[in-house]
Amino acid sequence: MSLVDSPPAGPPVSSARATARLLGSELRLVFGRVRNIVLLVGLAAVPLLIGTVLFVTQDTPVAGQGPPFLDRVTGNGVFLVFAALVSCLPFLLPLCVSIVSGDAVAGEASAGTLRYLLVVPVPRTRLLLVKAVAALAYAAAAVTAIAGVGLVAGAAFFGVGDVVLLSGDTIPLAEGMLRTLGVVGYVVASLTGLVAVGLFLSTLTEVPVAAMAATVVVAIVSGVLDALPQLSAIHPALLTHHWLDFGEFLRLEVDASTLFAGLAVQAAWVAVFGALAWSRFTTADVSS
Amino acid sequence: MSGAEGDAGDAEGAGDAEGAAVRTRGLTKRFRSGQVGVDGVDLLVPRGAVYGFLGPNGSGKTTTIRMLLGLVSPTAGSVELLGTAMPGGGAEVLPRVGALVEGPAFHPYLSGEANLRRLDAADPTSAPGSRTRRIGAALERVGLTAAAGKRYRQYSLGMKQRLGLAAALLRPRDLLLLDEPTNGLDPQGTREVRALVREVADAGATVLVSSHLLSEIEQVCSHVGIMSRGTLLAQGPREEIADEGTTEVRVMTRPDQRAHAVRVLSGLGLDGARADGEVVAAPLGSVAVEKVAQAVVGDGIDLLGLEVRRPTLEDVFVRLTGEGFDVAR
Repeated sequence: MSLVDSPPAGPPVSSARATARLLGSELRLVFGRVRNIVLLVGLAAVPLLIGTVLFVTQDTPVAGQGPPFLDRVTGNGVFLVFAALVSCLPFLLPLCVSIVSGDAVAGEASAGTLRYLLVVPVPRTRLLLVKAVAALAYAAAAVTAIAGVGLVAGAAFFGVGDVVLLSGDTIPLAEGMLRTLGVVGYVVASLTGLVAVGLFLSTLTEVPVAAMAATVVVAIVSGVLDALPQLSAIHPALLTHHWLDFGEFLRLEVDASTLFAGLAVQAAWVAVFGALAWSRFTTADVSS
Repeated sequence: MSGAEGDAGDAEGAGDAEGAAVRTRGLTKRFRSGQVGVDGVDLLVPRGAVYGFLGPNGSGKTTTIRMLLGLVSPTAGSVELLGTAMPGGGAEVLPRVGALVEGPAFHPYLSGEANLRRLDAADPTSAPGSRTRRIGAALERVGLTAAAGKRYRQYSLGMKQRLGLAAALLRPRDLLLLDEPTNGLDPQGTREVRALVREVADAGATVLVSSHLLSEIEQVCSHVGIMSRGTLLAQGPREEIADEGTTEVRVMTRPDQRAHAVRVLSGLGLDGARADGEVVAAPLGSVAVEKVAQAVVGDGIDLLGLEVRRPTLEDVFVRLTGEGFDVAR
């Protein structure tokens, strides 16, 4: 049977539905890839590791020792979530986000699949948008995995109860859960700027590892600059400066302005690097 | 039995730009390095043609095809596919175009079938309902049904090439742009690709097929374009390109009769008759070959053999460029 004789495949669907369909395919690609699954499992193992160590040693750290929140974990398992997030934020989370976002376009270019997607045809703007959303979904999954496993492991090892805030006030567990959700949301939002940077770097090269490494370097250099008091003038604009501000959710009165400052910085990074990525990707010759 | 053949009629009947499947005007690509990859190419592929796009490696064929598809933007010039200007009309026209560009490329850790699913999902004009059936049919058509579930990374080069063809055939196409479709295929696979091209063309589609191996596609082409060093040296119906005044008649006779034969051929109006080694050769021009035979025999020459030698595309290429076909830039 000749395929040329078969009936036309179908009427064009709306742009929104086409985008949704491509996004579904992209999510399957990102979350079905063994490397990405292994990274997620690795991240999820961090709270498990911290919880196990604390449980086995039966040694409550003194306040101020180790990462923030670590001293509270044995008293209330909920804090394992925060301790694990604090442990992952400086390096492991940025690393995983950099790998997926840096791979987004460069990976397709390096495999040569980019040219075939474009001649399908997939409009370049749509492809970039889908790549960005999928990378962000991966970042969200990574943070959620840490928090979810942290909560379960914390509850199993140490039990959960009413949450004692940084101020010493106590709130019911239910509200503590809501605030934990807020923390997860804020940390995911904190990673959007890095996703945008990774996506932009990914449009510059056909070597995915180069884009991934460069993205990690951006996050690390930002952390280094943030640690130099001489540069305090630029600190508020740094990509990573507000990352640990999620502790704000653990005060009696959550200071929204602090959180908004962090979100605004991320929005600015997304705007700048999103625009750069778009202008580069929609005009570049695809010669890979 | 040569007479009817050179009569391809109005070669520039291809010149009906309205009906062209591919039309470029002054297509030029200057790379950032300053090197000119494609220089003022006016491609004209009539609808329904099988257009052999020939040239050595590095002659600009792939860059031209990339510009046709909107992957690379031209420095100058314009492109029309199926009457639609590219790259602006890509969303509208590219669903009707199947392409194989510079070799197949798929996700190595996905199966052949999963790779086709991804491409089909990316196409806003494809019907999800018929996806499984269409993918199955495309795989069967290129003989990959047995390997459909295998990871792409485990495919042999020939299987990869077949999967690329399956992707191009995922839905009905009006135009196929196949860049080096026989690369990596064994002789059997090459024959299959030729049969596939014929089949698609018989169903009414236009096919542009590029190759650096003339012999592989010479037989299936109705039209030919020859590229060298970024410029299009010649294009048109194949008979016409190959025929351009260089069809030779070669008369075999006894050594002592060769001079006589040269005189007889010259007497028929065949300019350039000469003894060429063991034979006497002359460009045939418009003289019918049976006339040559009669004249030779009639003049008492022992006719031991008579051959009409059509120039191959390779001969044409060598004549156009002054060098062998496989000379890379």
